[in-house]
Amino acid sequence: MKIIREIYGRSDYAIIGALVEARTRVLDLGCGEGELLAWLKENKAVDGRGVELTGARVQRAIARGVSVYQGDLESALDDYPDRAFDYVILSQTLQETRDPRRVLRGMLRIGQRAIVAFPNFGHWRVRLAHLWTGRAPKTGLFPYDWYDSPNIHFLTVLDFEALAQKENWRVEHRIFLAGRRQVRLLPNLMGEVAVFLVSNGAVKS
Amino acid sequence: MMREASTTFEKLDLDCGVALSPVEVAYETYGALNAEKTNAILVLHAFSGDAHAAGEGGWWENMIGPGKAFDTHQYFVICSNVLGGCRGTTGPSSINPETGCPWAMSFPAITIADMVRLQKMLIDQLGIARLLAVVGGSMGGMQALEWAVTYPEQVAAALPIAATARHSAQQIAFNEVGRQAIMADPDWNGGNYYGGKPPARGLAVARMVGHITYMSDQSMREKFGRRLRAPDQFEVESYLQYRGSKFVDRFDANSYLYITRAMDSFDLTQRGALPSLFEGIRTRFLVISFTSDWLYPSYQSLEIVSALRSRNCDVAYCNLTSHYGHDAFLVEVEEQTELLRGFLASTFREASRKA
Repeated sequence: MKIIREIYGRSDYAIIGALVEARTRVLDLGCGEGELLAWLKENKAVDGRGVELTGARVQRAIARGVSVYQGDLESALDDYPDRAFDYVILSQTLQETRDPRRVLRGMLRIGQRAIVAFPNFGHWRVRLAHLWTGRAPKTGLFPYDWYDSPNIHFLTVLDFEALAQKENWRVEHRIFLAGRRQVRLLPNLMGEVAVFLVSNGAVKS
Repeated sequence: MMREASTTFEKLDLDCGVALSPVEVAYETYGALNAEKTNAILVLHAFSGDAHAAGEGGWWENMIGPGKAFDTHQYFVICSNVLGGCRGTTGPSSINPETGCPWAMSFPAITIADMVRLQKMLIDQLGIARLLAVVGGSMGGMQALEWAVTYPEQVAAALPIAATARHSAQQIAFNEVGRQAIMADPDWNGGNYYGGKPPARGLAVARMVGHITYMSDQSMREKFGRRLRAPDQFEVESYLQYRGSKFVDRFDANSYLYITRAMDSFDLTQRGALPSLFEGIRTRFLVISFTSDWLYPSYQSLEIVSALRSRNCDVAYCNLTSHYGHDAFLVEVEEQTELLRGFLASTFREASRKA
């Protein structure tokens, strides 16, 4: 098994960091304190932008030298022109959006490619927790109680792929993680975090 | 290193068609211009400010200086008094060379664009081809926008703080109350009071209204509440009267009329829809608004930011939490310092890399 290094303690950042080509235009939705963008700027010389809702995080990101817009990512998507970015990144936030399909469509409107990382609700621990306890599953990956969880949509690897097919998106890369290990076998069962790089099949040559 | 200076230009072509001649500009500089001339920051003062931005008593002294947000060890900071002002730059209280008397109300109408054109002449004279940043709050932010739209290649970064691309009806309304208060004072005398008694009461009332709009309900409640200064006088009344009477000592009533008119007439959208004005601009933007600012509400900043984003311009935006109202841009030092310092440093790095 391949061990993935971490950027700012996050292996999904390392995966994304490797996927993004140098000197491209990147938008990071829900960019937090701008760690990933700062890393991409420094190591891949990207022209990066971010969107983040929480004021304190926006301040830290701007102080870091990253151009971040304080606002709600779902409505922020509408302002950008078509094909404004080479990559639009959404890391660990898809399950928190109100209208995930609209977000994904928006990402592929303003970006050539979308990179989406999300926690896999199909992981065996989640399945077991649900089966054994008969309650909303609570695991290391989904540590919240049902009443205080920021997650409002639960999806699995298969769910995402089914939507991609339905929407005619091309899956260019898919990488699955369990902790810091890369998973290749039975990803919907063994993968904790899924990272997809998709493009718009209709437009992509 | 602080330097106080003034310079005179032969003439300035105004938007109203008049060529004003001559034009004097009072300015101050802090820090030193580097050999490549890439570290100059033009700081733009708000309505009642002047060229004295830093050093003792400077209107932004807590932001400009060694180790501060605008670190004068690193940057060369310039601030000039605006056209139409009364603190060293030509304005209605200056002498009209043709008559030998103060211009008073015969001074030509001025605009924010005129102010910026004059600043550009100053920057050219200082031998600076490209500014690292133009920055200002309120009316200063309007000038920063004007700079970015008119001279995008000469500005690496623009920082409009608590500003707008155009005055709203409410903003015009408050300015009009101020103007009417001045003109209702018999001492105003059609603007001809120089050498005599100035319209002190009218100007003081105008300033009192201004101060109310600069604060928030919460900041007034915390600062004054219903506390009494005297048995028949609230603390807030005494405060406003004090601020009004202090203002009279340093500000000219006719300048008040001319500069507020310039602010009210400012409307970038007259030149085209905002997004079209930002098309192709490579200037970086940092736009800041404050949650409790009801005079320049955040929707006005967001209008600018939305337009910039629609043209994929490089823009950072933050709506800082503050209860100080519009005054926040002068008062919220710590939060702004963190933002500005990082933003300027990264702009400086990138500008130096490209140079």
